[in-house]
Amino acid sequence: MPITYTSGEQVEVYRFSFPITIGVPLLALFLQAFVPLRFPRFAVYFDLPLLVTIFFSMARRNPVSGLLTGCVIGLAQDMLGHNHIGLYGIAKTVVGYGASSLGVKLDVENAGARFLVTFGFYLAHQAVYFTVARYMVNMTQSFSWAYGILAALANSFVGVGLYFLLDKFKQRT
Amino acid sequence: MESVLGRYRNLIILVGVLFLQVLGLATQVKRTGNDEEHTRLIRIWVVGAVTPFERGLVWIQNGTGNLWHNYFYLRGVRAENRQLKQQIEQMRLEQVRLSEDAAQARRLQTLLAFKEQFISHTVAAQVIGSSGSDLSRIVYIDKGENAGIRKDMAVITSDGVVGKVLLVYPSVAQVLVINDQSSGVGALLEKTRLQGVLRGTANGEVALERVMSDEQVVVGEPVLTSGGDQIFPKGLPVGTVTNVSAGKDLFLNIKVKPAADLSKLEEVLVLTEKRERESSAEETGHVRAADILAQRLPSVPDKPAADSKAASGTSPKPVAASDITKPPATAASPKKPSITLDEATGSKLKTTNANPLTAAPTTPKPKQAPGPKAIPPVTSPTSPPASQTPAQSPDAGTAPQ
Repeated sequence: MPITYTSGEQVEVYRFSFPITIGVPLLALFLQAFVPLRFPRFAVYFDLPLLVTIFFSMARRNPVSGLLTGCVIGLAQDMLGHNHIGLYGIAKTVVGYGASSLGVKLDVENAGARFLVTFGFYLAHQAVYFTVARYMVNMTQSFSWAYGILAALANSFVGVGLYFLLDKFKQRT
Repeated sequence: MESVLGRYRNLIILVGVLFLQVLGLATQVKRTGNDEEHTRLIRIWVVGAVTPFERGLVWIQNGTGNLWHNYFYLRGVRAENRQLKQQIEQMRLEQVRLSEDAAQARRLQTLLAFKEQFISHTVAAQVIGSSGSDLSRIVYIDKGENAGIRKDMAVITSDGVVGKVLLVYPSVAQVLVINDQSSGVGALLEKTRLQGVLRGTANGEVALERVMSDEQVVVGEPVLTSGGDQIFPKGLPVGTVTNVSAGKDLFLNIKVKPAADLSKLEEVLVLTEKRERESSAEETGHVRAADILAQRLPSVPDKPAADSKAASGTSPKPVAASDITKPPATAASPKKPSITLDEATGSKLKTTNANPLTAAPTTPKPKQAPGPKAIPPVTSPTSPPASQTPAQSPDAGTAPQ
């Protein structure tokens, strides 16, 4: 069991059942694709697959598992769109690795820490995505800091609620 | 060495996974041509996993909505019915006028040997999903290869152009919406007839590009498809100009508001078949526009038989439809096209769109005596019902464009 820097206490490492491991990311992808049909601004501000990536990575506290989770969810998200496959894959791999590495070192069980972690990783995700899209794929993207921070806040609020919901599916190793 | 690998194991795996993805991305970027086709097999896994849920949810949603609207929410139906009937009457009158306009346009097209495109078949489809990202503006529809959908088919609604089919799977298809950055539609301004290319912008707006800055473009001017892209037939509504400003490189920066509500798409039509044909003199027949009106408007009386007899055989006279034959317009089949034979010329005279307003004259008219055929000053072509838009006939629309 890893010991955190923040509380100095041992933190639990969790695992999830197979249906949850497959079903929750799939449900997040489905909602991400479906909800914008009714609420068009949803896709602009929310990224449910990212929240699921952060949650699984933090709960498992294993960087390899985290980066693979991010990679698979990101690639699946790429496949739903028409842009090149790998843009979300790379961004979410980095986030998955970062979130799980942070989960090993910090106590991310409380709402405040989760809020800050989600806020930070949303901005990191956007930064990686736009960098790759702009400099590798030569896509013209407009990024505004105001929008980025607003979206990060929105995702953080939703994330905190979602994590507490998903906590019910955790299983201790 | 072993300890170094063990120490940095996570980091090495991260770099490896990222490297593989960058390599895959680079391969896709380097590939010229159609990348969507190359990655189709990979994409189909996720699309196949997600779309059944979407389809199911849309089905449940529609079922619930229909139950409510068809059985419970019937308040005001009578008033609405009355209102719709009035509207139909007005539209019938409008139809007569539009038929005349269409006929006139066809006469001019015939003179110019103009090739025109007709939407001969459409397939109605339900929008069931999106990409879930504002960086990839696509939607999924619930019809695919099995329904005859193919790549690059145009997708429209009754309001205007939506986009084109990008990828086709057996039971679903991916539609690239016109406000995506990678989309492009040949468009023209309705009044000034200036042509340009309609493109999506990074923030989801639509802009008309390639219009020179010395041209006059007015805000509010409608934008139509130009047909130059070989995907959308000419003349479909695209949107209206909302803002005009000086752009870079001698071109205007024209913002366009799409006619179709791209953010709330529910049902769309896929143009599965277009036909190109040239208007021909035979097709147009020898019918004067005024005679079509005479046929349709009951207030105009038929010519007396004596007049026709007196006129016949003396001088070459334009052959009028009312002088040759009248299609039997009955209340039972008000819009059924009928084909009659011009006995004077031997050519087929096809009259369509017998208007229900004018189920009147059915008396056969005296035939004109054979003689030198005169070219009528104005000829009226056969016209498919001008008022029939693809949206009004979702499954087998045959609306002329």
